[in-house]
Amino acid sequence: MLKVLKSGFFTSIQDLGRFGYRDMGVPVSGAMDTEAVKKANQLLENALDAAALEITMTGPTLLFEAPTFICLSGANISPTLNNEPVSQYQVLKIGKGDILSYGKMENGFRSYLAIKGGLETPVVLGSRSQYIPITQKKCLKDGDELRYEETVAFEPALSGLKVENKFQQNELEVFRGPEFSILSDSQLATLFAQPFTVSEKNNRMAYQLAELLPGHKYSMLTSGTLPGTVQFTPAGRLIILMKDGQTTGGYPRVLQLSEEAIGLLAQRKFGDSISFKLI
Amino acid sequence: MKNHPLRIEPFGQRAVLVEWPAQVSESILAEILDFVDSFKNLGLPNWEVSVAYNSLTLVNTRQNIDFEQVKTQILSAYEGIKVKTKHSNGFLWKLPVCYEEEFGLDLKEAAEVLGMTIDELIREHTAYQYTVYGIGFLPGFMYLGGLPQQLEIPRRKEPRLSVARGSVGLAGKQTGIYPQNSPGGWNIIGSCPIPIFDISKEQPCFVKVGDKIQFEPISKAAYDLKKIEAEVGIYQPQKKRLNA
Repeated sequence: MLKVLKSGFFTSIQDLGRFGYRDMGVPVSGAMDTEAVKKANQLLENALDAAALEITMTGPTLLFEAPTFICLSGANISPTLNNEPVSQYQVLKIGKGDILSYGKMENGFRSYLAIKGGLETPVVLGSRSQYIPITQKKCLKDGDELRYEETVAFEPALSGLKVENKFQQNELEVFRGPEFSILSDSQLATLFAQPFTVSEKNNRMAYQLAELLPGHKYSMLTSGTLPGTVQFTPAGRLIILMKDGQTTGGYPRVLQLSEEAIGLLAQRKFGDSISFKLI
Repeated sequence: MKNHPLRIEPFGQRAVLVEWPAQVSESILAEILDFVDSFKNLGLPNWEVSVAYNSLTLVNTRQNIDFEQVKTQILSAYEGIKVKTKHSNGFLWKLPVCYEEEFGLDLKEAAEVLGMTIDELIREHTAYQYTVYGIGFLPGFMYLGGLPQQLEIPRRKEPRLSVARGSVGLAGKQTGIYPQNSPGGWNIIGSCPIPIFDISKEQPCFVKVGDKIQFEPISKAAYDLKKIEAEVGIYQPQKKRLNA
């Protein structure tokens, strides 16, 4: 078992998401920074959709009750193993009784912990990703115990990777959304000319941006939305839906983030600056 | 059939939006559902579809797509719709609702605003069959169409921070059931004891887009019984096949 001594600010179990239930209104969920979790799983030679921990802002304290191998990726929250600093994007050997904890967040916002064979928590509707009401809990709580298969020996083909993080890249690549054409010249000018600030309203469901565009009165019938859809409210607010975002919505969808841009935004936090680049 | 101009647009790198004319219309919905059948018959792997009112979002769950290629497939699926309407296997679901004051927090006020008695409001609300035009927003949340004009009432000025799961509400041209506890601004007139979305079932959501819903008033005693049945998972919502 992986014992959660302290859960941290918001640590949840995530794989690549829950597919096939969109028509019932079930969000896709899954890791916010897909590339980061995939790389960690690749180094462990896991299936790409093996379940990992997504760690937000402040890290948990975790006790490993059986030997295994892990790999850390994404945001650097100064991880330590038995109080010794350890590197990200490296396969780390874990002994029985080892304790992993975290310190100061050096960069990014979401960090990942992948484990050899993946976490073996219950699969609900084809995924282990935590999301209420599909799973009972939305994130880890102190005292939780997560199952994993013990691994004593493992010779990784590649013991580590040098990864250049893109946490300083403010520019998000976007496509025109289905209602892009409703944007006026002045709205367009504001949308692409200035940077926007991530507001305090940001989570796995959506990121709201602090600055407003000139408002609008466009009304439409509710229609499909995706992770990365940029909604535009009548008040001029931009809301970027993320992995736990609703499957339908009634606000105009003016932009759609590229898959890579969703991962970049997942590493941004309150007060960070972003801008849009139309491709 | 098949006389509508379709708008087919890329929606990011992995999805395509197909739009019919912007109307809340049973015949458009029927054509979209026919199209979904026809598209599924192409047997293309890894596609999710979601229908809402006049639109269909097709999402590839695995990879980025070649829009032009998918557009061709969509047009071929549209051509492939059988002339005679095929998708007719929806259900009419009779869903029990208890309109007692304990649940209908805004029932009295709503009746006053609408200029009718509470009994009249209940009679009106249960007299119609509402069409399911979409399921989204929250797992199991149904977008229902067909509310009579005499039941149109503005949203509450201040939304409630928490509306109980099962609450039945009225707002504008909409009526519906909150599938989970959630914040909400609708006028709450009753409660449905049967969960629309139940994770313990193999098919978590028994309702599908294109089905119809009719509410049936029940007593508090019947509500309590159905609630217990729901908790132990033995409830059987009443259904009747449509267009049989």
